[in-house]
Amino acid sequence: MTISRRRFILGTTVVGGGLLIGYASTRPSKHSIANRDAGEQPYLTTWLRISPDNTVTVIVPHSEMGQGILTSLPMMAADEMDADWDMVHVEQAPATDLFANGVLVKGFAESLGVSVPGFLNGVAAAGAMKIAEIMNMQITGGSSSVRFTGEQGMRVAGAAAREMLIKAAAARLDVPESELSTSLSYVRHSASGRTLSYGELASDAARFEPASAPRLKDPKDFTLMGKSIPRIDIPAKVDGTALYGIDAEAPGMLYAAVRTSPVFGNKLSSVNADVALQRRGVVKVIELDNAVAVVADNYWRAKQALAALDIRFEETANNQVTTQSIYAQYDDALLGELSKDVEEGDAAAALADAQSVVEATYRVPYLAHAAMEPMNCTVHFHDGKCDVWTGTQDNLGIRGRVAKIAEMDENDVTMHAFYLGGGFGRRLPTDTNTIDQATLIAKHFDVPVKTLWSREDDIQQDYYRPAVTSKFRGGFDANNQLIAWENHYIGKNEPAEAAHTPYAIPNKHIAYAESETHVPFGAWRSVAHSQHTFFLESFVDELAHRSGQNPYQFRLNMLADKPRHAAVLKAAAERAGWERNLAPGRAQGIALQESFGSIVAQVAEVSITEAGQVRVHRVTCAIDCGRSINPDTVASQAESGVIFGLTAALYGEITIDQGRVMQNNFTDYEMITLQDAPEIDIVTVESGEALGGMGEPATPPIAAAVANAVYILTGQRVRELPLKNYRFTAVPNESAV
Amino acid sequence: MARFRVNGVEQELDIEPDMPLLWALRDELGLKGTKFGCGVAACGACTVQVNGNPVRSCVTPVSAIEGSDVKTIEGLATNVGGITAVQQAWIDHQVPQCGYCQSGMIMAVSALLESNPSPSDADIDGAITNVCRCGTYPRIRRAIKSLTATA
Ligand code: FES
Ligand code: FES
Repeated sequence: MTISRRRFILGTTVVGGGLLIGYASTRPSKHSIANRDAGEQPYLTTWLRISPDNTVTVIVPHSEMGQGILTSLPMMAADEMDADWDMVHVEQAPATDLFANGVLVKGFAESLGVSVPGFLNGVAAAGAMKIAEIMNMQITGGSSSVRFTGEQGMRVAGAAAREMLIKAAAARLDVPESELSTSLSYVRHSASGRTLSYGELASDAARFEPASAPRLKDPKDFTLMGKSIPRIDIPAKVDGTALYGIDAEAPGMLYAAVRTSPVFGNKLSSVNADVALQRRGVVKVIELDNAVAVVADNYWRAKQALAALDIRFEETANNQVTTQSIYAQYDDALLGELSKDVEEGDAAAALADAQSVVEATYRVPYLAHAAMEPMNCTVHFHDGKCDVWTGTQDNLGIRGRVAKIAEMDENDVTMHAFYLGGGFGRRLPTDTNTIDQATLIAKHFDVPVKTLWSREDDIQQDYYRPAVTSKFRGGFDANNQLIAWENHYIGKNEPAEAAHTPYAIPNKHIAYAESETHVPFGAWRSVAHSQHTFFLESFVDELAHRSGQNPYQFRLNMLADKPRHAAVLKAAAERAGWERNLAPGRAQGIALQESFGSIVAQVAEVSITEAGQVRVHRVTCAIDCGRSINPDTVASQAESGVIFGLTAALYGEITIDQGRVMQNNFTDYEMITLQDAPEIDIVTVESGEALGGMGEPATPPIAAAVANAVYILTGQRVRELPLKNYRFTAVPNESAV
Repeated sequence: MARFRVNGVEQELDIEPDMPLLWALRDELGLKGTKFGCGVAACGACTVQVNGNPVRSCVTPVSAIEGSDVKTIEGLATNVGGITAVQQAWIDHQVPQCGYCQSGMIMAVSALLESNPSPSDADIDGAITNVCRCGTYPRIRRAIKSLTATA
């Protein structure tokens, strides 16, 4: 019976052991995506396929958005199975429940300090697969792909496959398994000199049950992990052939341009649709709840017609909101009742007894993601089914979202995956306004419709990194020891530990107030760490200077029980030549934070230009992410993270007036370009500890590192970003310590 | 009718004279390698070469390039299926991340090196003002330098 030949190892593979599905049928079954186009190729696991021609295909359930995941994950599987890297192919997993990312869901939830929802607890024990099915996620975020899918999925799948191949070879050659070895996609019997390729053994191997906990390699035996392997997505990204969602092409496709209420939450009141309908190429004008869409045979025509319309939106109380009113609301909230985050010792008493108390209030503004590829989604309804072409951080999640909006069964929705022209959190299934619009617009047609947002739409209709206010008090005793740390901030977000400082301080009181606004918010690269690390590491720096201590030494002294943190801080300071041989007019600032399982310290070397602006010359970035899977990818993610955080520190600011975002495009939401990009020097500290993420951890420390250097140069403490709003004056020969 | 050559092929399009070259390339000719990033000449994702000069196609109406030679990323390498030295340097230095800005980057850098084979840092900063949201700038500079060193 066909059905008995399908094997899903669920009961035996619990969460910790990895998500592993053995599949041992060569017969197509309509329930198994594994057989979608497999022909006679047996699948060993969902993640690995070995073909008779000795190629190994690794199926990756995450999205490639430049972080190198299409290379790093297959490296992990191929290394464990001793596959020949030149014979490894990579496929993006289709968006079906079979490929859902259960292991990741749990790891992600835990890393965010969120427990797996209660109703799933029983299910968790039954296998990660189930969690994923229920939570319906195929998510790429939280710097988690390598940490969870890689460590718990790819490596386990690769090792299990290798064991099955050895079993098959032992049977075929009639020798004990212990006499066999593997390398470069062959099993060898050295005593007799016989070899069998994985391809030859694949169908035999598929008869064995994959082990749920196969033996993993000792890191010293890695052949691929730890090497800088060129990324497989790069060639297509230099010759223009890489396809992004915006490039989706389907016969008869129409294009939609949209204008959404600039004031969040307000509805459409009227539009003079006729004006657009008279124009060349325009097919239809569609009124949505809070937006107007013009559909035409070319995007530019749709956009031009949209611009010609007189579109009115209702006015509500939201029209009164400004950045200032939001900050005033925050200040009020911080005077009200607070919720506890951390309570250690008795900070109130320690502050009352303190010899000296330092107080400061910090703020950061809203930020937009501004991924390079403007938001877009192409949808085609036909024959009761639906096809969707878009780049997303979670194909499965978006499939569910489209099904929900279209009121269809998820199984009738087919996702077509693309490269992402940047994600940074914007393409998560929590941020679906573009997807929702595209679905509602396409519902009017039986041809595909590509909904494409302009950069202005992107900047004005984002899910913003929240603006945050954070107030501090620090207290010193008579011996100049920091004895109290008090921090009150707005909005507890993820990760839960974002507002926690790593330093040993005997009395800590950290609390927060929620203060909702009408501005939509979402995850922005490194989530709440991006705001809080600026606050924490700037205030620690203030405390160092105010107590007359060197900011590097001050931090180091409080890290006695955090050797990994101390080692990273030291590595950054040593590599940067902390406060040694600095050119005149330059200063260094330092900052440290752990996020997503990785510890990062940065030293920024800064000067002030004649125009009073900050110029960052060099950033030294030390990282402990446990072990580097692909060191060059670790370096490029660190470079990217630094530039992303620095862009925010120097220029990033979304302001609200009359309820709407005031910025429009890269002209007034500025980006770093080649001329102001610093040199970046990466040092990795290979601690061998559990793998940390690399997509985000380099972003949080940079703003504080730069601002701390600015203080040394100017004597001015930066407590609000961005730096472009200041005109600094360098104070010559001023040495703060 | 708009008439111009794209990657050596004559094109005659029945489109409005004020349609930007970007949309003519992408939506009329199906050449998707040239990207839309901002629409206001502020990012360079849409950079193509017109008669050898780098041009931001999102603000270039087709009427302005009547009879010109347009080169896009698809036509950059003259050997079929091959790549240029600039593209090879991009691979050697593992420059792209999401990759979305890189067609425009490579078109701009190729035009720069064509006219100035050994640009100084200031020349590079002045000519390459494209935005890369992934922050691949350190590698872009390294890749350009590797080309000028051997030039
Ligand atoms: S799309 Fe043309 S410069 Fe940005
Ligand atoms: S590589 Fe992503 S924008 Fe440049």
